[in-house]
Amino acid sequence: MPLNTPPDLRVVVASGKGGTGKTTVALNLASVVAAPVQLLDCDVEEPNVHLFLEGSTRSREIVSIPVPEADASLCDACGECSRFCQYGAIAVLKDRPLVFAELCHGCGGCVRVCPRRALHEVGRRIGTVEVIAANHVTLIQGRLDVGVAMAPPLIKAVKARMRAGSIAILDAPPGTSCPVIAALRDSDVAVLVTEPTPFGLHDLKLAVETVRAIGVPLGVVVNRVGIGDDRVHAYCSEQSLPVLAEIPDDRRVAEAYSRGEIIVSALPDYRSVFERLWDSVVDLGARQGDQHADV
Amino acid sequence: MKIAFTASGETLDAPLDDRFGRAPKFLIVDPESGALEVIDNLQNMNAPQGAGVQSAETVARSGASCIVTGHCGPKAFRALSAAGIKIYNTDATTVAEALDRFRSGTLVPAVSADVESHWM
Repeated sequence: MPLNTPPDLRVVVASGKGGTGKTTVALNLASVVAAPVQLLDCDVEEPNVHLFLEGSTRSREIVSIPVPEADASLCDACGECSRFCQYGAIAVLKDRPLVFAELCHGCGGCVRVCPRRALHEVGRRIGTVEVIAANHVTLIQGRLDVGVAMAPPLIKAVKARMRAGSIAILDAPPGTSCPVIAALRDSDVAVLVTEPTPFGLHDLKLAVETVRAIGVPLGVVVNRVGIGDDRVHAYCSEQSLPVLAEIPDDRRVAEAYSRGEIIVSALPDYRSVFERLWDSVVDLGARQGDQHADV
Repeated sequence: MKIAFTASGETLDAPLDDRFGRAPKFLIVDPESGALEVIDNLQNMNAPQGAGVQSAETVARSGASCIVTGHCGPKAFRALSAAGIKIYNTDATTVAEALDRFRSGTLVPAVSADVESHWM
């Protein structure tokens, strides 16, 4: 059966809990799509998708964010910049501003609110974005520099390299904090990967609340089915969340993953699982599109 | 001269909070007159980041020239130093005990942060 391939669709694979199988799902979805697909590794603190793909690096760019620098001779210590900054990245102490560049998110607000134009912006390197071509998959990967704790601007830089009018699958970082929000924004479908354990359920609930707050249609993939209990399934049915796929707790999957292999290549019997998952994701995106059209 | 203390209560017998940036309150004491001012630090206590820097601004605005606390990280140290505020680390359990130690001259100003940054 040829796979349904819409011209463009942005799918984010996320989870509350780490280690549930986001990368496995993102990679294998990208592998079964019968069209050129962009795979974005948004887990910029520890990108790992590249370990599973053999390709050639097309480009590598340095990403910087604009941080303020002060001209003390123009500053009258009014404190507007410091009051504006919610991150504590600029403080006015005594008679001069003090910049803490490592706390700055690069929003540019301090420069705009300064009545005396005593601040200007300079670039601060935070990481790199690499583009790697591997057959029909183009991997766009962010890599945060060691010691930098500023993932969202780098995730935005990764997403800025997405081409419009094509399929993109985003491998999100774990959790429900700012980096995940940065990955989820402006996507068409969110796939939440969880495992049927109390810990998996706890973090799935947090992830569901997060995705609902952003307003992205979502479905759930239950990985390692066979361990734990049935409370994840009970929660999904109670919340009317579609379970898009179930992946059994199969040692062969873990072994293939540990060798850096893509499951649908190493274990052909899994290809249909991911093909059906892709069809469900496309349906979910299409239904949402129809609802938008109705409004 | 006014001295700032990190505290988890509003009186001199309150426990001295050993965190600078995320202390719930600052007690500003004038050792000569005995005057006591309480500054609430709840906003910085719950800040996602930059608590030390913003707390340093708060202490600077209070007019205190010294801060007596448990620990002080590198960014708070840099900010307090820029404001000309001396930092004294102590393991005193209450503000009153820390004040006694300060008065008796057993505390010496810190020359660097005594704990690492939470960020890098």
